[in-house]
This record gives sequence, C-alpha cells and structure tokens, in this order.
Amino acid sequence: MSMLKLSWKYLLAKPWNTALNILLLALGLSIITVLILIQDQFENKMNKDAAGIDLVIGAKGSPLQLVLSSVYHIDFPTGNIPLDEAKAISRNRLIKNTIPLGLGDNYQGFRIVGTNHDYLDLYGVTFSDGEAWNRAFDVVLGSEVAEKSGFEVGDVFVGSHGIEAASHEHDEHPYKVVGILAPSDNIVDQLILTSIESVWYAHDEEHDHDKMEKGIAKSGFPETEAGEERELTTLLVQYRNPIAAVQLPRLVNSRSSLQAASPSFEISRLFELLGVGISLVQGLALIIVLIAGLGIFIALYNSLKERKYDLAVMRAIGASKEQLFILIILEGILLTFLGALAGLLIGHLFLYILVTMNEQGALSGLRADVFLNQEWWILAYALAVGILASLIPAWNAYRTDIANQLTK
Amino acid sequence: MIATKSIQFSYEGVPAFEIPDIEIKAGEALLVLGKSGSGKTTFLNILGGLLAPEKGEILIDGISLYSLKGQNLDKFRGKNIGIVFQKPHILGPLSVAENIALPHFFSKSSHSDNVDHYLKELGILDKKNARINTLSEGEAQRVSIARALVNEPKIILADEPTASLDDENAKIVVDLLKTQAAKLKAALVIVTHDQRIKNEINQSITLKRKDL
Repeated sequence: MSMLKLSWKYLLAKPWNTALNILLLALGLSIITVLILIQDQFENKMNKDAAGIDLVIGAKGSPLQLVLSSVYHIDFPTGNIPLDEAKAISRNRLIKNTIPLGLGDNYQGFRIVGTNHDYLDLYGVTFSDGEAWNRAFDVVLGSEVAEKSGFEVGDVFVGSHGIEAASHEHDEHPYKVVGILAPSDNIVDQLILTSIESVWYAHDEEHDHDKMEKGIAKSGFPETEAGEERELTTLLVQYRNPIAAVQLPRLVNSRSSLQAASPSFEISRLFELLGVGISLVQGLALIIVLIAGLGIFIALYNSLKERKYDLAVMRAIGASKEQLFILIILEGILLTFLGALAGLLIGHLFLYILVTMNEQGALSGLRADVFLNQEWWILAYALAVGILASLIPAWNAYRTDIANQLTK
Repeated sequence: MIATKSIQFSYEGVPAFEIPDIEIKAGEALLVLGKSGSGKTTFLNILGGLLAPEKGEILIDGISLYSLKGQNLDKFRGKNIGIVFQKPHILGPLSVAENIALPHFFSKSSHSDNVDHYLKELGILDKKNARINTLSEGEAQRVSIARALVNEPKIILADEPTASLDDENAKIVVDLLKTQAAKLKAALVIVTHDQRIKNEINQSITLKRKDL
C-alpha cells in the first residue's frame, strides 16, 4: 500500500463521479490544447510560407484576399494584371527581385501555379525525384500532391479550369510530371508548379505547337511576341532596401489597375480579426476548466463527509494528520493529472481529425503529432487546479476530530 | 503494561466523570462497565491516545502517552495500541487483506508479513480478497479485530465489540480477543454493558458520573 494507491482506491470506489470529473476537465483542457497547437503551428506556417515575400502586387480588390490567394493559396485571386504593367513596376529601383505567378487551374483541388524557377529557390526546395520544368506543360509536384495523387515522374494528367476541384477540364493540354519535390513542410507541398507559359497556353483557344516547343523563361518574365497581350495573376516582390517598405506600396496603389499588399501586415490583421474568436473560445475553455475544478472540489468535499469515519479510523490505526492531508490532496492531483492527460490526448486526436478532414484547406499541413512546451503548462495548470480544489477538503481531513467522530 | 494516574475529564455542561486508577499487567484483561453516559467510551478514547485527558497520566510500558505529540503519538498508537470499535468500520474501497495491512503502512511497522497469519487465526482466510460489502456482521468484526492485532500491540482496546452481534458471534469475538491478547501478552481492556461478556473476564471496574 502507498498513499497514491490508497487515494486511487478511494477514487475507484466512485467510478462514475471520478470519470465525470476527469472528462469535464479533459474537455476544457483539450480545447486549450487544440487552440495552442493550431495557433502555434498556424502562425509558424503563415510566417514560413511568407518568408522572403515582402510585397504582393496584383489586381485591385481585398488586400487580404490577394495575400491569401497568392502567398497561401487559400482564397480566390483578385483577378489578373497586364503583363506590361507588371514588367514596368518590376523595373522600379526599390525592387530587388520579382517572381511572377499565374494562377487559375487545379488538379483535383491542388492548385497549378505557373511561375519560374525563382519560386523554387524562394522556398529552397529539394527534389526527391526528377528535376525542374524546362518546357511548357512540364510540371513539378509538391510532396503531398505526389503522395495523394500517386503520380510519378513521367505520368501525365489533365488540369481543370478554376482553382477548385471538378470544373471544366483542359483535356487537350495534358501536363507531364517531370519532378517531385521532397517534403518541405510549407505551402509548396500542396502545389503543382509549372511555367507561366503552361498556364497561358492551356487557356489559349488555338493550338500553336511551335510556341509550345519554344522553351520557357526560367527567371524573370516570359517572352511574348509583339502585340501579344498576356496577363499575370500576381507578382511576389522582394524589397531592395527598407525604404521600399514605405514608398513602394503607395507607389503601386496609386496606379489605377494594381494594388500592393504586405503579407506580414495582412496576416497580423487577420490574426487580429481571428483573435476575438480565439479569445472567446479560450475563455470558454477556461470556464470549463474552472467548473471542472469546482466539480472536483464538490466531489472531494462531499465524499469527505461520508468518509469522516474512515479518516478517523485511519488516524486510530496510526495515520498522522499530515498523511490524511496528503491523501486528499493526492486524490485531487490524481484526478486532474488524469484529466490533463486525457485532455492532451483528446486535443491531439481532435486536431488530427480536423486536419484529415480539411486536407486542402487552411488547416492542411498542420501536424497533430507535435508536442509543444506550452503543453507542459497545461499539465501544470491542471495540477494547480487539482491542488487548489482539494485544499479545503484536505484541511478538513487534517482537522478530523478522531474521538468525536468515532463515538458518533 | 498500562496504568492510569488520576485521570480527569469532563464535557462542557456535564459533571466530571469519576475515573478510578487502573493498572493492567501484560496478558491480563479488564472489563470496564457502567451505564451509558458514564464515560466508558471517553475513558477508552483517553486510553487509546485519541482524546487527551484534562489531568492525569497514562503510562504504557513506562511511556507517558500524552507526552507524545502529533505524529509521534499517532505512530505510537499505531504500533502499540490496537482498537476494536463497536462497529467494524472497515474501509470500503479496500479489500479485506488491504484493510488488515493498513496499520503496517501507516505506522511503518516491521511485522508486514503477518496478515495471512491473523486472517487464519480469526478464521477468515477464505475472505482474504473479498469485498467489504460481502462480509457478514460477524466476519466484519473479525476483520476489524485482525486489523487491531496485526501490529502486535501491547494494549488491545475494545469498545462494545459484541453490541451488534448475536450470541454465537459475540462468544466467538470475546474468545478471539482473549486468546489473541494472551498470545501477544497484551493488556486487554473491554468496555461493555453486554451481560454476555461479564462472566468471561474476572477483573472489572465500573465507571460512574457524579450525578448518576
């Protein structure tokens, strides 16, 4: 026998009560766990995906939408911009480098992004098989796309128009897989990358096979023939110096057809908007934990009334006041410890389900099998609740009047 | 083995009890008689180190019981005094064997291998792993006796141990207390108003309250 075992036996003597308290606490803590996991990873992911992109230039519309669509590939693009204007702005002395993007197609929900090889360098990708595209309609698959679709180098598929699955198919222009990327834990994993020319030609009404054989631009803008009017979706911009951050957005926004949006600014704005909701859920979770603590307090307090005699008997056979105090505290700690473990487990499980159900949404790429340092705090917090809830009952046990109790 | 010297005790608003000095040698037994309200149980609690007297001294094997304080008193009680209550008061969440082993744990006693021995002595070995709520009244009382004996105490105190038992079980319980106390060479004090016990033990004192 040990104090822990004795406490445990008393908890087991009331299995439903014990289970209910553990469950209630676990519920509250699991919500907190999910929030912590999502918040941490979401911010991490957001920052990682936007690393190296100082500004996004695209069509007028919502700046948040522009950032979401062209950096995170979540929302719809705001529209297209003329290639000439994009080229003109990219020559600005404040800009160090630009990466053009052409969006608009998908394969089973995975977005096909037309760009150049600079995009690969931006995310520092490595190839697990094959190499980067060198011709129109050659594509490189992100690791997740390759895994889900089962495609290998050399396979051929047809993209669909639009950025959501099940739209009109461009069946006359099959894409050919030439490379597969190693997992990089960022947005690239979920993209199908190709040249801008591929995206253009896929939407052309007539088939100009000579043009398709001509080769593609690996850096900078694709070449166009005189008089040819082409469009881009967005430009990812790297500043040359800090002054650019002040001047460039204003400069771009003053041009009628273009708008510039800063990913870091838009994302902090997004978190600000979401923050209210997160705080609300967090508050709710804290209240649940508080109620669980109260439940544990009431359970211990009530069980103590029934157990006054047991406690007096323990004293009579040699238990000290301190031992009884510890006995009750241990019950509180055991309850909350199990509740915390269950809560962490449920939290991770819940996130796992959430992520598997939203494979292509904003939550995709989050992991349920990471353990954050903050989760130790959840454990500590739960144990503090347990000790707090059992303090008064334990004090009552400490003060048990043996003789009085035994003669009752 | 146990001796008391001029113990005084009173509850508020009630005249003080008259408690005679007693002395019980190892292996001897004493019956404490008296009407209800005469302080029998109070006397037993004082002897058991559960209730400090207002005045006087209890000497157990030469040690003044109430000179011990706090944990020391608790551990001394656990090791040297075995108490059998009127009702068995066995701890429900634990098994029979765990109940009996509990005094070992609380008083950190060295006799930790004698649980089976006492189960056997009291004829309840087959109930070793039984749940408490499956025991009969007589069996439960025997478990509580085993729990009082397991630390091989110098003093065994029993408070109305037969009050809720039928004739047969009452006889078994008194016999068990007598033989086990004799085996341990312990002093046995039984508080009772049960006529069935009076003939079993020769020495007795009777407590009175001043106004009764």
